[in-house]
Amino acid sequence: MKEIVVISGKGGTGKTSIVASFAALANNAVLADCDVDAADLYLVLEPDIKQTHDFSGGKLASVITEKCIGCGRCEEVCNFDAAVFNGPPNDVVERTYTIDSIACEGCGLCVHYCPVDAIEFKDAVNGQWFISDTRFGPMVHARLGIAQENSGKLVSLIRKQSKQIAAEQNKDLIIVDGSPGIGCPVIASIVGADLVLAVTEPTISGQHDLDRVVELTKHFKIPTAVCVNKYDINVKITKAIEKKALERDLKVAGKITYDIAVTKAQIAARSIVEYSSNGLKDQIVSLWESVLDILKPS
Amino acid sequence: MPDNLVIAVASGKGGTGKTTIATNLAHYTARLGQKVQYLDCDVEEPNGHIFLKPKIDFSGAVTIDVPQVDLEKCTGCGKCGEICQYSAIICIKENVLTFEQLCHSCSGCWRICPADAIKPKPLNIGDIEFGKASGVDFVGGKLRIGYVRTPSLIKEVKKHIKEDHLAIIDVPPGTSCPVVEAVRGADFVLLITEPTPFGLNDLKLTVGLVREMNLPFAIIINRYGIGNNEVEKYCAAENIDIVLKLPDDRRIAEAYSSGRIIVDVLSEYLKQFSELYEYIKRIKVGINDKRRLRVRRKNKSGFRSSSSCTQDP
Repeated sequence: MKEIVVISGKGGTGKTSIVASFAALANNAVLADCDVDAADLYLVLEPDIKQTHDFSGGKLASVITEKCIGCGRCEEVCNFDAAVFNGPPNDVVERTYTIDSIACEGCGLCVHYCPVDAIEFKDAVNGQWFISDTRFGPMVHARLGIAQENSGKLVSLIRKQSKQIAAEQNKDLIIVDGSPGIGCPVIASIVGADLVLAVTEPTISGQHDLDRVVELTKHFKIPTAVCVNKYDINVKITKAIEKKALERDLKVAGKITYDIAVTKAQIAARSIVEYSSNGLKDQIVSLWESVLDILKPS
Repeated sequence: MPDNLVIAVASGKGGTGKTTIATNLAHYTARLGQKVQYLDCDVEEPNGHIFLKPKIDFSGAVTIDVPQVDLEKCTGCGKCGEICQYSAIICIKENVLTFEQLCHSCSGCWRICPADAIKPKPLNIGDIEFGKASGVDFVGGKLRIGYVRTPSLIKEVKKHIKEDHLAIIDVPPGTSCPVVEAVRGADFVLLITEPTPFGLNDLKLTVGLVREMNLPFAIIINRYGIGNNEVEKYCAAENIDIVLKLPDDRRIAEAYSSGRIIVDVLSEYLKQFSELYEYIKRIKVGINDKRRLRVRRKNKSGFRSSSSCTQDP
């Protein structure tokens, strides 16, 4: 079983459109949307949700107003400015504490240090994750709650579930849609993967962000290939990206032209290879073949 | 002029034009004599410097506190491992292991250690830079590769917001903790989207976030004309202001690709940024009272953050 993760560093370079096309081109794959912050793959793959699960990545503190004596110990120990002296009165004091659930990072210090045990510590529901069927096979995806944390843990969970499904259903490939950036969800989505496909665009920003993403995959020793999307926007920068990739011993798996059909396919809720029949489709098919080729055991 | 105003430029979906709007707005308003500051809080992939080209006067390392265990003093009681919610410190048979990357700097382990065997030590998570770019005051953070403490670095960048400036914050994409940290305390949020299904889906998530945080906001549609009119329908139904529509123009994409400021190379867009600036000037009046409250609270807590810049300028 092989796992390929599509990431980009810079957002909006076309990760999800490419993953949707890969899903259509692969015969026997499990699909995983690990961009849990802004999950868009479902808009194209239109999953039929079979299972829904709550996701809890940690705990959250909350003050039991009746017990609070307003001493301020919670505020003193909290490093996240989450204990706020703005709660309603109770039988003992005029004003009580509350915990700002957005600021709270679930460290539990206030719970531990509260002299009157007035703070509860409960599992936070940070989001939901789903197992679904799509026209291209099973898909695992998620929705992180509003202003929630622990996206990295949710990403790890989705990958674990995808692997389990792949093992159960004898699928030989997992295609993962990653998130932008180089932080915690990205690291959680690439660690231990067989191949990272870094999708970039020929802009100075895209080039700069690709440099950082490639440093990241090198840091975690993950084989990496590069795809230049919208390469004709700036041919000069595309050439520079290709040259640098070569110097780093990274394969440029494909180049895709800037084409309005990409947006039109998205609006039609179709992958590019389903929607388009011209050269654009050929470029993506060739990218996919090149990716499969890199994945082959040498 | 809107001094002492903090505007966050955010999006949800990546690549919708946050940096384009933020840098152009900063550059344009500075040209008009506005005291303006640009703060790059997209610390995982900062790109503002590409367009503003600041001359960096100063840079420093940003550190956070992580535990350092003195094994001579440690009695192996295991209290540190019990209080840590992040598995960043684990005690196995009188052996204490720390995992710095998992630490949130809550201070639990060094507070609770009865043997005084744990002390905080600084861990370098990234850098912060300060500079000037044709009248724009520039602050930017850059996360170290392989590190995950994005929100702590953003917090550090935001400590340098100048009170007598129009401060423009370039927010990272997404909707989770880094975004929350970057928009927290802003006076107004500009949400940049594009008129596509992905753009709309991620816009709705971000609108949910700013509403949850009680932040006033309005929308900018970039690449207007590229997709459909669902974003506009959504804004009408939700009664959300659309401040600016930047058309889908290949020349903008090309200017962007080579790191140029649009208002410098395509003068027909001066009008759009002028309108945006006028809109921002009007914002201030409506929320001034609220802001005074917020500033008081901020002063009270005094930015008690666990992060610090080792060489504050």
